[in-house]
Amino acid sequence: MKLTRRNFIVDLLKGSSFIALATSFPTMAFAKWNEKAFKAKQLKQALESKYGKQQIVDSGDILLKAPTIAENGAVVPIRVSTNIANTNNISLFVKDNPTPLIASLNFGETSIPEIQIRIRMAKTSEVIAIVEADGKLYQTKQLVKVTIGGCGG
Amino acid sequence: MSKSIKIKVKAREKNGIVQAKLLVKHPMESGLRKDKNGETIPIHHLTQLYAEYQGNTVFQADFGPGVAKDPFLAFAFKGKSGDEFLVKAVDTKQQTGEVKAVVK
Repeated sequence: MKLTRRNFIVDLLKGSSFIALATSFPTMAFAKWNEKAFKAKQLKQALESKYGKQQIVDSGDILLKAPTIAENGAVVPIRVSTNIANTNNISLFVKDNPTPLIASLNFGETSIPEIQIRIRMAKTSEVIAIVEADGKLYQTKQLVKVTIGGCGG
Repeated sequence: MSKSIKIKVKAREKNGIVQAKLLVKHPMESGLRKDKNGETIPIHHLTQLYAEYQGNTVFQADFGPGVAKDPFLAFAFKGKSGDEFLVKAVDTKQQTGEVKAVVK
């Protein structure tokens, strides 16, 4: 096909509609899943895709309860709660996992910022909980030793 | 929407706060595991889940492949016993699951 202006514009439209189709979610009730952050292979990339270049402050007001030694990396119970007011998101990262972002949990106005979840850990690593409140970011870390990895391979 | 995802919910009210516990039946394949023939098992995990109470979304979760198989999740919100609430989930294959529960 000759590259005329008309053809070029038609191609452009085809291309953009394909992208729109690929990223749109079938159920409207769900907000968009942050694919880039969840697929990032390094902690730095995952943090940047999720929060941009925003600064994250260490905080003692986040309670991260994780085992110091996890025998089985396939199931590591984690509990996070915080006293920080207006918390609207708690996210969990495992620094040395193949994809560090584990889960991002959003809270409504009437919810209590307190969660329990079971995660996978490939090897001994730091577990990081990041709290987003009033547009600011706070974090706390804990090292979890893993005896048997849980990410397969 | 093909096969639906099974979700179990338990919710209990104490002093105006509802403690909800969820158990979702899902393989949560990370896309890194190999089967016995050395073939990679394709990625298949939950991506999103949300809980609705009296028309408001009280909790919403985005999951990556690092969440353990058959995810367990506990969260809490202000509410009262006898009320109904709804939990919905969707995975990477666009399969969905939905469950209604009454707060005890």
